[in-house]
Amino acid sequence: MEKFKRILVSNAVPIAFLALSISAVLVARIPPLFLVSEIVRRLSRNTFLVLSLLIPIVAGMGLNFGIVLGAMAGQAAMFFVVDWKIKDIPGVIVAMILGSVIATLLGWLAGLVLNRAKGREMITSMILGFFANGVYQLIFLFFIGSIIPFKTRQFLLPEGVGLRNTVDLYGSIASALNKVWIVRIGTVRVFVVPILITVGLCFLIYFLFKTKLGQDIRAVGQDMHIAEVAGIKVNKIRIIAVIMSTVLAAIGQIIYLQDISTINTYNSHEQVGLFSIAALLVGGASTRRASIWNAIIGVLLFHTLFVVAPSAGNKLFGQPQVGEFFREFLAYAVIAFALAMHGWSAKKGKH
Amino acid sequence: MEKALEMRNISKSFYGNQVLKNVSIDLMPGEVHGLVGENGAGKSTLMNILFGMPVIHSTGGFEGEIFVGGQKVEIDSPRKAMELGIGMVHQEFMLLPGFTITENIKLNREITKSNFVSKLLGKSLETLDFSKMRRDAKEALASIGMTVDEYLPVAGLPVGHKQFIEIAREIDKKNLKLLVLDEPTAVLSETEAEKLLDAIRFLSSKGISVLFISHRLIEVLKVSNRITILRDGAIVDQGPASSFTISEIAEKMVGRKIDMVGLPPRKTEPSDKDIIMSIRGLKVAMPGESVKDFSIDIRRGEILGIGGLAGHGKLGIANGIAGIFPASGEITLDGKPYRLNNPAYALNNGIVYLSEDRRGVGLLLNESIEMNIAATAIEAFDQFTKRFFLFKIYDTKSIRNHALEMIKELDIRCKSPTQPVRRLSGGNQQKVCLARAFTLKPRILFVSEPTRGIDVGAKKLVLDHLVKMNRDHSITIVMTSSELAELRTICDRIAIVAEGRLAAILPPNATDAEFGLAMAGELQEVKASE
Repeated sequence: MEKFKRILVSNAVPIAFLALSISAVLVARIPPLFLVSEIVRRLSRNTFLVLSLLIPIVAGMGLNFGIVLGAMAGQAAMFFVVDWKIKDIPGVIVAMILGSVIATLLGWLAGLVLNRAKGREMITSMILGFFANGVYQLIFLFFIGSIIPFKTRQFLLPEGVGLRNTVDLYGSIASALNKVWIVRIGTVRVFVVPILITVGLCFLIYFLFKTKLGQDIRAVGQDMHIAEVAGIKVNKIRIIAVIMSTVLAAIGQIIYLQDISTINTYNSHEQVGLFSIAALLVGGASTRRASIWNAIIGVLLFHTLFVVAPSAGNKLFGQPQVGEFFREFLAYAVIAFALAMHGWSAKKGKH
Repeated sequence: MEKALEMRNISKSFYGNQVLKNVSIDLMPGEVHGLVGENGAGKSTLMNILFGMPVIHSTGGFEGEIFVGGQKVEIDSPRKAMELGIGMVHQEFMLLPGFTITENIKLNREITKSNFVSKLLGKSLETLDFSKMRRDAKEALASIGMTVDEYLPVAGLPVGHKQFIEIAREIDKKNLKLLVLDEPTAVLSETEAEKLLDAIRFLSSKGISVLFISHRLIEVLKVSNRITILRDGAIVDQGPASSFTISEIAEKMVGRKIDMVGLPPRKTEPSDKDIIMSIRGLKVAMPGESVKDFSIDIRRGEILGIGGLAGHGKLGIANGIAGIFPASGEITLDGKPYRLNNPAYALNNGIVYLSEDRRGVGLLLNESIEMNIAATAIEAFDQFTKRFFLFKIYDTKSIRNHALEMIKELDIRCKSPTQPVRRLSGGNQQKVCLARAFTLKPRILFVSEPTRGIDVGAKKLVLDHLVKMNRDHSITIVMTSSELAELRTICDRIAIVAEGRLAAILPPNATDAEFGLAMAGELQEVKASE
């Protein structure tokens, strides 16, 4: 009984969300098949991004709001791939390579900054994301078409400088990964390739924490001072963790956008950090502990709610907007809750 | 034979404050060398230099030379020290709580095997070979007589075990030539400590030199070949262990460094017949300074000193009485039972406490001098307030007048009573604390480390004022300090705390040896054996 209670308490957040999701599903009376197909699709689309958060958490750097940087890198790479008219799988591969290169650079810079802000990584990475957003806008509003050559006129603003609000991927790399191998189970379509890539990443992360590098990351995450005294190069390990996270976020954003098939030039990346972090936390992770299963369960629960919230809101209040509002509210509430818990436990540890 | 280690003419200052003066020390292979000294004698700094700790190099390095195996070396990082075969078991545990014992023993020296990814991308991606790591860990633990399951996480293990794991980690380093043990027995029970001494002898028999730092003089004498005594950053004596007795070591550790000044006389001397507070079985859960079972009677009108080594609980006593940290025990104040764990109750009954953490707890740094002096009295007793219709407001005039009076009385050097306390020097800040305490009209004033971090001149003024408060206003004072010298200048009696218990109550003119032994918790044992 005691043990049961403990399990209940330590998994309070996922259980609460499970209850919430189930009741929302019941209220909304969504056809189960539609729900399943939506969730399977979202699993293949979003899990990779959520997984990109794991390594910095293990390295003791908390929730990496800086994955926005990686998302920007992925998007930027996609713009160029579209412009260079590289289609389908080659296009995605080129985008991933180019995105990873940009993300490595950004991750390295972010790592340098975060090493100067030890203990305040989360807020620093968040502000870093906002700052990078400014630079991103500068580049894609004013530099593209003027300093940076861009041939595809239809995506540029009428003056020929700056990208339009939306960049359409149809005819280039839209669904490039999805359509390679589709398994149909009844009316549910399963996109096998993105799922395989995600599973591959799970194994890669599992493998990483069996290696010397992974062990060093874990040691640094537990106590930087002790790791330093043991001769581990703490700053270097932390930078590696941030770079890995940023690169994974870039690739994750490409997987995400090829599924969505249009890039919302100035918005797509903005909410990536927020929603990925919320999903991970819903899955039962904290700022100091997270596992692959937290990511998968989190995506499952969080996106179930995402799918059904508008129709539940419609059924309950006659307005889908209320459901929309509700899910946004939940995302922020979950993050606020996790951060408060983090602050509380950090304070408790001090005394 | 080649010396395993030689440190020659080491000097080091922190911000102009010299903590080591021309210290030289050397070790032969397999030698156990005891290093003793009071808190602040420079032992830890010396060891930090040897281990290349970042704190040394971020404060401007040090002077002197270090030779390992006859070769001059520059040790600029812990990694370098490790490469040279120097191992260290730190005073605070350097173990990762979430890692297993094996993982901790093998930290950053993991055994790995290659896989196809590592062949492609480099050595850091080699997989850990846990079975080999376990075998090594087990072997190292067994060699110092430990049988503990090496796959358990370190968090939750008893402290004694942790100490042995640290030593096992050092032994596991195959190139280990010199092991520094910084207070390894401080957290151990007697039987565990005995086991540890055996482990030291085992290391020595394998040709590993051991530098053994401890406050437990009996152990140092038992296990060391040679002993070095440090005081105030300089070596006072060095020689084979057989040439010392415990009393000699204790005396040399403490040293005569006080000048007794004539204290003004009282009308009536305090006596055991008039007890203001009686403490029985006090336990205080203050992290790092826990009090385990402390009893004493405080005489009305006396200045009682509380001394002892850092970490033995002397700071916990005042914190417990004042209600800052959770405490239990039977306390009576003027014969009536006294409630613990309630700071407001303490204040209301005239128990005033000046924290050792002056800048952190004691002062509102950004507030003015006058507000700092009046703040607690306003909060606790509604002093310096007046009614304004329904509201209680500050009586600025009386606050100002009182502050001016205090500034004059205590000679606080400031521009005006409205100057923020942050801008004052340490000594003047302490005077503001004293003024605030005085404003509360204490029956018993507890002061902790009143002269920490203030310069010599100001120290004397603070001590003089404490005496003045005691003599002119008959305030009973309990002063806790790690500086024995200042306790001996103004106190009537000095209680020495060792391991959370009262070790002895000594008169200020007791011998250095007695103080040294009491601090080590060995006064009774030695007296019994003599």
